[in-house]
Amino acid sequence: MAADRNVAWREDLRKTMSNKERTSIPRVQMNELNAGYRARVREEVNQGLTKEQALVEAKRCLDCPNPTCMQGCPVSINIPGFIKNIERGEILEAAKVLKETSALPAVCGRVCPQEKQCESQCFYKQKLKKEAVAIGYLERFAADYERDSGHVSVPEIKEKNGMKIAVVGSGPAGLSFAGDMAKKGYSVTVFEALHEIGGVLKYGIPEFRLPNRVVDVEIDNLSKMGVLFMKDCIVGKTISVKDLENEGFKGVFVASGAGLPRFMNISGENLIGIMSSNEYLTRVNLMDASNPESDTPIYKGHNVAVIGGGNTAMDSVRTALRLGADRAMIVYRRSEEEMPARLEEVKHAKEEGVEFLTLHNPIEYIGDEKGRVTKMRLQKMELGEPDASGRRSPIEIPGAIEEIDVDEVIVSVGVSPNPLIPNSVEGLEVTPKGTIVVNEGMQSSIPMLFAGGDIVRGGATVILAMGDGRSAAAAMDLYLKK
Amino acid sequence: MNKIVSKEKFSENVVKLEVEAPLIAKSRKAGHFVIVRVGEKGERIPLTIAAADAEKGTITLVIQKIGVSSTKLCSLNVGDEITDLVGPLGKATHIENFGTVVCAGGGVGVAPLLPIVEALKKAGNRVITVLAARNKDLVILEDQMRKFSDEVIVMTDDGSSGKKGLVTNGIEEVINREKVDLCVTIGPAIMMKFVSLLTKKYEIPTVASLNTIMVDGTGMCGACRITVGGKTKFVCVDGPEFDAHQVDFDEMLMRLGAYKEEEQADMYKVR
Repeated sequence: MAADRNVAWREDLRKTMSNKERTSIPRVQMNELNAGYRARVREEVNQGLTKEQALVEAKRCLDCPNPTCMQGCPVSINIPGFIKNIERGEILEAAKVLKETSALPAVCGRVCPQEKQCESQCFYKQKLKKEAVAIGYLERFAADYERDSGHVSVPEIKEKNGMKIAVVGSGPAGLSFAGDMAKKGYSVTVFEALHEIGGVLKYGIPEFRLPNRVVDVEIDNLSKMGVLFMKDCIVGKTISVKDLENEGFKGVFVASGAGLPRFMNISGENLIGIMSSNEYLTRVNLMDASNPESDTPIYKGHNVAVIGGGNTAMDSVRTALRLGADRAMIVYRRSEEEMPARLEEVKHAKEEGVEFLTLHNPIEYIGDEKGRVTKMRLQKMELGEPDASGRRSPIEIPGAIEEIDVDEVIVSVGVSPNPLIPNSVEGLEVTPKGTIVVNEGMQSSIPMLFAGGDIVRGGATVILAMGDGRSAAAAMDLYLKK
Repeated sequence: MNKIVSKEKFSENVVKLEVEAPLIAKSRKAGHFVIVRVGEKGERIPLTIAAADAEKGTITLVIQKIGVSSTKLCSLNVGDEITDLVGPLGKATHIENFGTVVCAGGGVGVAPLLPIVEALKKAGNRVITVLAARNKDLVILEDQMRKFSDEVIVMTDDGSSGKKGLVTNGIEEVINREKVDLCVTIGPAIMMKFVSLLTKKYEIPTVASLNTIMVDGTGMCGACRITVGGKTKFVCVDGPEFDAHQVDFDEMLMRLGAYKEEEQADMYKVR
């Protein structure tokens, strides 16, 4: 990577401006839809940067000799490489650099927690105590620019080596793996249980944060690279891993994701109107249930409480607003500081009018004679000593219980791994939690079977899943060439 | 894909479809279900597989018109394709030689009961099948059931076929005359509730196959959750068959009504 820093145009570009001039440029602000308007529509909140904004922001990057930002990226994107291409106006070239390492740059530019990854390691943040270069915004800009230009480049593909590889699941881990293996010359088939390709990118992340058309372009790109997709096919049920082996597949990558939603096992939790965030978001995103033409029904609650403080909770509560909720609330047992959600999601939710009931924990739901939830009882909490997660643990305040009216509750307190594959493959080593055990190369106890994403991690981010896909592709390639 | 190869009308509201699905036909076992979706705006609904022919590569579904999605499915004809068909899902029925088994089916629940009756018979059980329906026209698959049952008792509400009475009357008649080792029941939730109450009284182990609201059918959404023995279970991955005596049928009945208003409001689409 350091080598391409020494190419003539990069050296010249660095000389066009002093570092002092570069560091005096303020960080760009994302163009956003007005909060009052966007809270009731499904349009994407972040509108992206204009070319002018991107060219200026790209100047802030100092093209460091030791780009620490790259160490913060789970897929090691050549960050200065793509940013400097933006600075010199070669946006399509910048997109190409991104695609060398990331199968889904337009997705990552939108949903990665950059403030915890690349941007947290930026020289500005680390040494200058200034706001980091807006790496995520620039990544999104380059990917969107390429898509809108109509000149989408297909990565270079090595000569076909004649080996067939199966991928189980078409979410971020599976797509990233499929892209890398296709580039290496393998014939890749992705098997998807649902009727749409994209996994959590389609059923989970809402349109206002990640439009489906953006995901579809990235999937099309993989198709152009020769990746085959088979929908409505559940490996472990419709066909077995043995069947795949018999059909000549030399390797299988399991990226079946997080399956079972967790509930809290409190009284009244099975009342009508209480559901998992997976169910709520799947109905709205995958099944388009809020569209009258869709046959899938959905509640449109007036007083909606979402339990949890992660990105999925923010997606759910902001969806509730868009479906017309009068009151949309986050109920979280710790304080805002401990919330795992991205800062931007919390900020957007607040701007749109979401109420935050932090240090509150539901203890009981109460329903009417039809079994519909009408109220919830909340235990107020305070923060104690740090727990195993390093966060200050919430402690009940004795007797501090309140009751609030709700007609819909979305439980977003995490997921457990999908049991379909672990249950169907004999001899596969799994943890007591049900995640698949893998070595550092993402290889399981069955040598031809690799795994990554939430089926290994138990619940993580899009980018970590993609990182697993990359590592697994590299390791499986080595294994198969032995 | 998923082409309909034959269609038979059992009654005004009940249709049998035989569908091309070679992979599912090969891998399914008694007790499994599939998820189907009709049209690009269609809903995902679960249906228990009634029969399969692995050589021909087809599965058979029996559908009752209830809401928009089932009506759309019933209106498909030979040569049409079902937009999406995925499975087999759920756990297969546990089959062994229990001794004497009473298989009690009501309504379209009789269809998924057929492969279980067949498997139990082949495992060496004495199988007594009780079929219940409102009237003669709604009794389905009686001849096929006779092929694999030692005895078939038909119960109708109005006595127009077999005996007059409910499914529970038929079961109790068997219990009163011989030792029953197991009862398997599939039908409307309210019917299974009363079958369960009856067999609990006589301490006869009972398995019920449940059909709840689902979205993905693979364990992802939790829409199908019910309470079994005080614990929350997912019908799609933990079931669909459960120890009936442990199932909270009242809660299940309540949850089945979750979208009643929305569903009725949607019926204009198929009228």
